[in-house]
Amino acid sequence: MTTESEARAASQGNVDGIPLLKVSGASKHFGGLQALSDVGLEIQPGQIYGLIGPNGAGKTTLFNVITGLYRPDAGLFELRGVPYAPSAPHRVAKAGIARTFQNIRLFGDMTALENVMVGRHVRTSQGVFGAVFKHRAARAEEAAICDRAQELLEFAGIGHLAGRTARHLSYGDQRRLEIARALATDPLLLALDEPAAGMNATEKLGLRELLLRIRDDGRTLLLIEHDVKLVMGLCDRITVLDYGKVIAEGAPAAVQKDPAVIAAYLGADH
Amino acid sequence: MNRPVAAGNTRRIRIAGLAALVAVALIFPFVASPFGNSWVRIADMALLYIMLALGLNIVVGFAGLLDLGYIAFYAIGAYTAGMFASPQVASVIESFVNTYPAIGHFLIWLCGPEIAQNGIHLSLWMIVPLAALLAGIFGVVLGAPTLRLRGDYLAIVTLGFGEITRIFMNNLNGPVNITNGPQGIDRIDPIRIFGLSLAGEPGSGSTVHLLGMSMPSVNAYYFLFLAQCALIIFISLRLQNSRLGRAWVALREDETAAGAMGINTRNVKLLAFAMGATFGGVAGSMFGAFQGFVSPESFTLTESIAILAMVVLGGIGHIPGVVLGGALLATLPELLRHVVEPIQLELFGKVWIDAEVLRQLLYGLALILVMLARPAGLWPSSRPENRPQAALNQEAADETRA
Repeated sequence: MTTESEARAASQGNVDGIPLLKVSGASKHFGGLQALSDVGLEIQPGQIYGLIGPNGAGKTTLFNVITGLYRPDAGLFELRGVPYAPSAPHRVAKAGIARTFQNIRLFGDMTALENVMVGRHVRTSQGVFGAVFKHRAARAEEAAICDRAQELLEFAGIGHLAGRTARHLSYGDQRRLEIARALATDPLLLALDEPAAGMNATEKLGLRELLLRIRDDGRTLLLIEHDVKLVMGLCDRITVLDYGKVIAEGAPAAVQKDPAVIAAYLGADH
Repeated sequence: MNRPVAAGNTRRIRIAGLAALVAVALIFPFVASPFGNSWVRIADMALLYIMLALGLNIVVGFAGLLDLGYIAFYAIGAYTAGMFASPQVASVIESFVNTYPAIGHFLIWLCGPEIAQNGIHLSLWMIVPLAALLAGIFGVVLGAPTLRLRGDYLAIVTLGFGEITRIFMNNLNGPVNITNGPQGIDRIDPIRIFGLSLAGEPGSGSTVHLLGMSMPSVNAYYFLFLAQCALIIFISLRLQNSRLGRAWVALREDETAAGAMGINTRNVKLLAFAMGATFGGVAGSMFGAFQGFVSPESFTLTESIAILAMVVLGGIGHIPGVVLGGALLATLPELLRHVVEPIQLELFGKVWIDAEVLRQLLYGLALILVMLARPAGLWPSSRPENRPQAALNQEAADETRA
């Protein structure tokens, strides 16, 4: 498993071994609750990286810290070897990390296509002047946004739903739409917060296939997931959090046998 | 398979409807003015309110920021016309000379004797951009402290800003007189376009001569306002279907998700405030020049609420709806004023209910009824499923299936 992901990393030009995302010493507290303490993470390019842990372990907090939604108390963050300060979500998105949300957050009254078009915002530039005068560059950019959005909808398998209002899509399609919208920001790292939550077995298979296609497209994925079967089959590496601390890190098979992980999930007696 | 034909038909109906509307709008003053200039004057005011409603629609309709102090930008536009197209600056300087002679004489030295004598008289081509710019700046200044507020809290703070602006205008007559306080600024220059005064030349009895035609002053203003309205509608439509318009709607739908998608929510919000304020400023400067007089009492909270009602009642975020809402709510009360008392005199021989009282009553009743029957407004945007794009995609899906 590891050699395979290393080969993929090498094929994507990552011969010098610089991790795509490196987090070290990340801490965050809410009042008296230490949600994260000294959490570290290293994701190689081309990997699917899993983040698991019992409820309340701090997975989503770590997500929010990485993507700039929460300001960390401490921690170093590097994207492709370049330090970045996760101070504002839009800057993190521009730097190349896109995310989805645990409870889907689409722009409900917009169509599926428009949702994805919003995702292109960060890679495009037309302002008031271009909007009002619609000069050649503005028209070209608008057409490119629309084409790319449609392309991404097709990629996510919901191209036929482009004109539907987002809130009227089925649950699984909403999840796919959120992924398509995140992909529209051309991310280096796609961070998915429980993408399979609430999905049935068929939808999960479809999702798995979509995530693999995104990986094969040259992107790196970080996912929080509760479905152990999905995580074990999909991820190249896994970090396990409990009470805001990393309790295990490694290949899925090794993590699964780790006594600390078993204790965290099933209680210390087992 | 007859869908393309149907789509073509709706498009043709739309174009025909639009053409009819434009024709009616162009002919209206000629038909109405024989019945009295007051009818055209009502239409003039309605056009100003439509501009205001379209401006507020950018803030409330697109970006979803509930602004209860929008009238402040109308006031700023009107006072821009009041200060820079009237003798007012001369009285300001005089007031400075009387109170603080040093500053007063410095101002005379700075502006020259001509301005100290007659005030500043900028032309339309300067006043409109200046009003837009000043209102836009105030939009950003008043928007900046509210960036972290949403919903009710934002509404309360903007309401405060609206009132503060009015109270400022009301009290800036001491220690130095700047705005004349509650008395307001009068003798504002009528608008001149290429040397043509829209108020008519002195002694012509408010008649404007243009291209061999003569028309009452209110008609001339009507056409100016109509052109400006058309321009503002055009800009609104263009903005709506742009990268920026989508960013505003995204902000309205989910601010957190919008941020995560790389939208700089702070800048986009400020831009919405600024754009909305700009429209308000332009409408305000026109109002000032049209009336020839501005005073703080035109810019009360009630006016802010009336404009918000136009946006909400018409169909929030939908430009044709907002235009309809503005037109209806601006004209119906005036119509009532013209109709209620004559009818009562006719029926009962005396006036039982004052027109003003009945106006408030019916206005409130109309709002309640519309909100009960059509909660999304009189003319909300059509369901996205009915948009042409959806139909096209549906066709594509049909084809792949077949």
